Amino acid sequence: MSDLLFFFEVTLAGLGSGALLSLTALAFVLIYKATRVINLAVGELLMLGGYLFFAFAAGLGLPAWAAIPLAIAGGGLVGAVVERGLIRPMLGESPIAVFMVTIGLGSILVGLVELVWGTDPRALPAFMGNAPIFIGEAYVSRKIAIAFAVAAVVIAVFLVLFRYWRGGVALRATATDQAAAYSCGINVPGVFSLAWVIGCGTAAGAGVLLGSIGGISPSMGVFGLSALVVVIVGGLDSVAGALVGGLVIGLIEAWAGTYLGGEYKLVTTFGLLLVALMIRPYGLFGTTEIERL
Amino acid sequence: MQIGTAKHSYQADEALLTTRPQRVWMALFAASLCIAPFVLDNYWLYLACLVAINVASATGLNILTGYTGLVSLGQAAFMAVGAYTVGWMQLNLGTPFLLNLVAGGIIAAAVGIVVGIPSLRVKGLYLAIATIAASFILHFIFVNWQSVTNGNSGLTLTPASFFGTPLTEYQQLYFVFVPITALMVLGAANLFRTRVGRAFIAIRDRDISAEVLGISLLRYKLMSFAISSFYAGVAGGMWAYFFRVVTPESFPFVYSIFFLAAIIVGGMGTILGGILGAVFMTLVPELLRFGIDWLTPVLPNAAAMLSPVRTIVFGLLIVGFLIFEPKGLAEIVQRSRRYFHLWPFKK
Repeated sequence: MSDLLFFFEVTLAGLGSGALLSLTALAFVLIYKATRVINLAVGELLMLGGYLFFAFAAGLGLPAWAAIPLAIAGGGLVGAVVERGLIRPMLGESPIAVFMVTIGLGSILVGLVELVWGTDPRALPAFMGNAPIFIGEAYVSRKIAIAFAVAAVVIAVFLVLFRYWRGGVALRATATDQAAAYSCGINVPGVFSLAWVIGCGTAAGAGVLLGSIGGISPSMGVFGLSALVVVIVGGLDSVAGALVGGLVIGLIEAWAGTYLGGEYKLVTTFGLLLVALMIRPYGLFGTTEIERL
Repeated sequence: MQIGTAKHSYQADEALLTTRPQRVWMALFAASLCIAPFVLDNYWLYLACLVAINVASATGLNILTGYTGLVSLGQAAFMAVGAYTVGWMQLNLGTPFLLNLVAGGIIAAAVGIVVGIPSLRVKGLYLAIATIAASFILHFIFVNWQSVTNGNSGLTLTPASFFGTPLTEYQQLYFVFVPITALMVLGAANLFRTRVGRAFIAIRDRDISAEVLGISLLRYKLMSFAISSFYAGVAGGMWAYFFRVVTPESFPFVYSIFFLAAIIVGGMGTILGGILGAVFMTLVPELLRFGIDWLTPVLPNAAAMLSPVRTIVFGLLIVGFLIFEPKGLAEIVQRSRRYFHLWPFKK
């Protein structure tokens, strides 16, 4: 019986980290959908978000309710600057070149954070409380539960925005057909900027959540690699894929980490990625690209 | 590019260096490579050996990414395979080191073929991500296959011996590594004048068209992976003899990015680019160190800044070259060649 309970607890923890993965994957998908750029720097933007929160909350002593929006806004600002400065000049270049630009950007961000805050891991100021939550008899860490709830709300808000908000509709239109979107009077470059601002802001917010659970360090961008697996498995241009993929990968990572050992976590994820690539190269929910000569 | 050079013999048509200035420069370069070990001090010889290793591996990646158009972020993992093979053979079989290097290359090539299998189904970024996955899985194997790799503590090699003399000095290693690298670069330069090399280029330019022309994608894509990882394996073997300790952390993921950055900075799809990029990217961190040393009297904690500054400059170089000089250093060389070709007249 306690085995079953333990399994249930592990599953809940997996769903919690899966929700964070979904949120990060959503940042990937948003940017990819609108601009066809795979942003490998999402992991580093996440890290930057965590450090910005640290700077505002611990450095300036602001309360959490002020520091979190500031951190997200900071992430969005970085996204805007990056889009105008680095990605816009690369429009029309090969996807590989743009992909490498984001890798370079990740390296720059890591270096800057190390330069400003040093390489030691730090703990974020607590703002969530520590009292555990019980679902039935199962124990769930309060932070993970809050992270799950926040991620769920944010994702729900995004889904509603995509459906009803003008900007969201413009974004979907641009994703479907850029030329058609232009001719309908949609400001396509504006949509690109918007996608980067929202995507990077989302990543920064996910960074605050992740940092409050596990602390922040310049190498926490590795989390972005797991999120990359999520988007590849779910489909690069599918919001639903990011949701389902994130939860699935989170669950599998939690089970593999608990029952096989921590070192199996990453290898299971990447093994799964390879299998997914071989069976469904464009992800579970992604659109198949048709090539013509 | 010269025009109006009618070739009168097959020999002239096959020549790698077509003009006299090219031949003169190459002779000067070869001569300076021969003299260098007697002139340079130990630190610069260390760097020269490291450059030779990186040039070999970057040239291999250039064959795969620059010429065949398959982006790989697994070059460091292939190097690790070569390094572990060499280490294991050196410790358990005691075979001659040249044989070990070739074996390292062959095992790496075999692994490369396996990793390349997804390239038949996916391409572009998806393939890059598949190679990331493969390199993490290989890392896992290095950590956990205790009986061969000795886990996290890794392998400690005995020095390579050449006719009974152990090769421990950088000067001795230089005389081994530079000829091997030169041979490999020459091989790569020649590869693209053959059927196989042309097939690679055709696949890069448009794989569907290449297939229509009768080029078997299966065969040539896997062959490209095999050749590229062979280069990486030999380079990894040299790395193992150079540092004589091989651990799973010796070949981090960043090292794969380093190679991709090197061929981007140097110029993708040119042999010269692979060489220039590897030299440049290996030497820039060292130059930064001199810069930081020079700043130390002004800034007291400059030494602590070295590592972050290197990371930033690394990223800036990638981004800067991609935006401002997408064809890399090789293009700068070409441009200056054109300029001096017409000098003192303006273009």
